[in-house]
Amino acid sequence: MNETVDTPPLALQARGLVKRYGSVTAINGADFDLRKGEVLAVIGDNGAGKSSLIKALAGAVVPDAGEIRVDGEVVHFRHTGDARARGIETVYQDLAVIPALDIASNLYLGREIRRKGFMGTVLRRLDMPAMRKEASRQLQELKIGITSVNQAVETLSGGQRQGVAVSRAAAFGNGVIIMDEPTAALGVRESGQVIELIKTIRDRGIPVVLISHDMPHVFEVADRIHVHRLGRRAAVIDPTQRSMSEVVALMTGAERPTDEEAGGGA
Amino acid sequence: MTTPTMAIKKTPKSTSTVQRARSRVLRSPLFGSTTALILAVIIFTVISPRFIAPGNISLILQQSVVIGILAVAQTLIILTAGIDLSIGAIAVMGTIVMAQVAGAHGPIVAMALTLVVCVVLGTLNGALVTLLRLPPFIVTLGTFTAIAAATRLLAGSETFQVDGALMTFLGNTVSIGSFRTTYGVIAMFVVYIVCGFALTQTAWGRHVYAVGGNPAAATLSGVKTNRTILSVYVISGIIAMIAAWAALGRIPNADPNAYQNANLETITAVVIGGTSLFGGRGGVLGTLIGTLIVGVLRNGLTLAGVDSLYQNIATGVLVIVAVAVDQFLRGRTSR
Repeated sequence: MNETVDTPPLALQARGLVKRYGSVTAINGADFDLRKGEVLAVIGDNGAGKSSLIKALAGAVVPDAGEIRVDGEVVHFRHTGDARARGIETVYQDLAVIPALDIASNLYLGREIRRKGFMGTVLRRLDMPAMRKEASRQLQELKIGITSVNQAVETLSGGQRQGVAVSRAAAFGNGVIIMDEPTAALGVRESGQVIELIKTIRDRGIPVVLISHDMPHVFEVADRIHVHRLGRRAAVIDPTQRSMSEVVALMTGAERPTDEEAGGGA
Repeated sequence: MTTPTMAIKKTPKSTSTVQRARSRVLRSPLFGSTTALILAVIIFTVISPRFIAPGNISLILQQSVVIGILAVAQTLIILTAGIDLSIGAIAVMGTIVMAQVAGAHGPIVAMALTLVVCVVLGTLNGALVTLLRLPPFIVTLGTFTAIAAATRLLAGSETFQVDGALMTFLGNTVSIGSFRTTYGVIAMFVVYIVCGFALTQTAWGRHVYAVGGNPAAATLSGVKTNRTILSVYVISGIIAMIAAWAALGRIPNADPNAYQNANLETITAVVIGGTSLFGGRGGVLGTLIGTLIVGVLRNGLTLAGVDSLYQNIATGVLVIVAVAVDQFLRGRTSR
């Protein structure tokens, strides 16, 4: 590949992705590069196709054309389970948790642990103690102050729910964690907590894709900014080189990216 | 850098254990229904001491068997945010098939064929709900009407006497210590225990709650939504067959016009038991309590000499009161 020697290797990459819904082209030849260990912000106007791009990377949408590589290896995701099997976890903006279920059950939903022996194999009984223990450990590690993993998610605040959703991703996402507008539904204080969570996850060495509208957040945590426009990548920005207003201008098309930025950044 | 932690509750740490225990009891979805059951038992015992006699308790349980069993199926379906108006009609068709076939081919063939018929009808409901994405209310309203009519065609406005040990087995009495009851009552408790275990202790149970609580989130979490919903309708078919067998144990005569309101009575039991019609909340323990409340109410009012039409009025009022109280308690404690 044409990367220079000192750039870190890519965790997730896409080339020429296309997705059409009837006559609407949601992804129009989009490229995408996520380096190992970085926080990459994805920004774009409403309808720019950010969500479709992210869904393609997460396996929730199957692109019509183009290729996706995980650790340099070409993959074909048919559903979210395929992406998860490669360590790609997604936190969706509408807080994908089950309100009436407890935290531990939510964390393990879809990949429950069963007991060993007769109880597990024949009666298929869940190993709740193990799931609770591991869930507590995860929440502690991410500094989410929840006293009991037995309580129903509906008893939690919005920030705590997002914390549970992020913990679930962090618990299983050993490759990439994608967060779709994780702070959109939250207040100022809770948003700050989620931003801290993102830093904690990055410090563990797991790359994060952050889709956000919130420029101050983006500039606070992002190592690079992917600007999405008209269904494709318009530029990749180094946030130390550009101001927020310049980035917004790039996003709306009022300003043109440099050739380097348009080519995928330094 | 500060590391903010998300504190769990704003209640002060000094909350005593008593207070916390009390709030947990009040918050429990079973609080209202359990209290109502205990109150009803106390009131009816005061009115008529005969009420609490073991023989009468056993009678209440026996009278609750068929609706009690069907209410388990109804609970599973309602937990997935569905509803089954056809569950009673499927069981009635089961009794006719079982009785007719038993007469010609013996009890084993009859039970096997009844199981097939009930499972096919349950699966039909499930397939229409999952594959065609039709609302469960509409699907089962249609199948309810069709199955009830098909049952009458099959029976030709006749009733069918069953005999033979196996066919009426669930009506046989059994003594547990000095308490005499029927195998049907035991079968009902077995259905509750098996389904209660599956709902609370297995991944399948978690998925049933997830599918009813937030189907989009369940799908994104890798839960096979359609398969889970379909499984619930298939299981309801199996449960309908058990209910049909229990019905023949209680009255060894298959009548196409029996259990006309079983669908609504099961919904009543489920709702009184605190399961949400919106799905994702509740459980079979509540439904058992709901079934017993209805049974206790009817039996107690009968002993008190109240006409059965007044009993229906009482049951109707109870449904509305149960949901209102539940909503009030939930609104006060959990938001």
